[in-house]
Amino acid sequence: MARITAGVGSSHVPLLGVAHDQNKESDAYFAPIFAGYEWTRNWEKAAKPDVVILVYNDHASAFDMKVIPTFAIGCGERYKPADEGWGPRQVPDVIGHPDLAWHIAQSLILDEFDMTIINEMDVDHGLTVPLSMMFGRVEQWPCRVIPLAVNVVTYPPPSGNRCWALGEAIGRAVASFPEDISVQMWGTGGMSHQLQGPRAGLINAAWDNNFLDGLIGESDDLRRIQHIEYLRETGSEGIEMVMWLIMRGALGPATRLLHRHYHVPCSNTAIGHIVLEPIAPSSSGA
Amino acid sequence: MTAPRDIHDYIAEFEDIPGTRVFTAARARQGYHLNQFAMSLMKPENRERWKADEKTYLDQWPLSDEQKAAVLARDYNRMLDLGGNIYFLSKIFSTDGLSFVQAVSTMSGMTVTDYQAMMNAGGRSPEGLRSKKEQR
Repeated sequence: MARITAGVGSSHVPLLGVAHDQNKESDAYFAPIFAGYEWTRNWEKAAKPDVVILVYNDHASAFDMKVIPTFAIGCGERYKPADEGWGPRQVPDVIGHPDLAWHIAQSLILDEFDMTIINEMDVDHGLTVPLSMMFGRVEQWPCRVIPLAVNVVTYPPPSGNRCWALGEAIGRAVASFPEDISVQMWGTGGMSHQLQGPRAGLINAAWDNNFLDGLIGESDDLRRIQHIEYLRETGSEGIEMVMWLIMRGALGPATRLLHRHYHVPCSNTAIGHIVLEPIAPSSSGA
Repeated sequence: MTAPRDIHDYIAEFEDIPGTRVFTAARARQGYHLNQFAMSLMKPENRERWKADEKTYLDQWPLSDEQKAAVLARDYNRMLDLGGNIYFLSKIFSTDGLSFVQAVSTMSGMTVTDYQAMMNAGGRSPEGLRSKKEQR
């Protein structure tokens, strides 16, 4: 059976893609950011996941205002990097895993999560920047990727609780997929940032770090944080952190911390990154 | 599991956050064509037409006169007031060759240099900027 072997949380700031694509990773501004991902790049080489389910939000690239799906899962064979206004990133196409994606989509709908199914779309920085951060410069991405897009732009986005519950349902769906494959769950976006209005530039390092703390161990307090708290405390775009809760929910009742990184600033944003592994219920006291 | 909420209270609370326009349904409706116009700039051929003659390109979209004026003036706060969303508006400033920091700083009333200095020093503190009503 398939199993979820790890969870990864990461910001997906477009400037990181620019820095990576233009070989600026060791510039003074970017070096402390990328340094926090070195551990993960090495770890991923050993972990060799077969599939990453990558939770992200589309930034007005694949979806416009015509159709706004709350939760959408990519069931296609492959996805091209989107042209976001300055030409597509020169990174490999993203190869999907239609068998697993359709299995998850069907399972979720039967589990009463009414997913939107995507067969064709381009993927923007929300999806390709985390791949670059975790895998570096590669000819081909080392695993299949199932995009899972969440509306965090038009209000209301899904509640944190609903995101966590969706993650739990994805965990159940993966566990019933008959192939013996390793699946990682990534949640992306955040951390505190506000890209609009006079309050732009808001950063709340204390809140962000409490959020990172809350992903570790047995607590499920984070699922009860209301939208208004994200908005007040972490800026209007900090709401993206609900997507990390899908990752956390998929890891089951308890997690162990493998790696953690936090840095301010990157562009307008606080960078947060965490790597977790699920603790099987039988060994949680170990 | 999440406690039931009153949808009117849920929406009203957003207006209590200083210096912030939450992208509510009301804004999404008001800004529909503004955002769809911005979205059109993802296509290279549209960017060329836009750059060649902004006003003519804009006139093909059913925007209000205020929206058109705000776009031509690159007044991003005004565009937000008229229903624009930053992820859509980013297609306009990206076409102009501006980064997120350059464009976003214009909304904060700071120079790019001052804004960058603030970010490098840890960003804008949420202190006093959480709630208009409670002044916290």
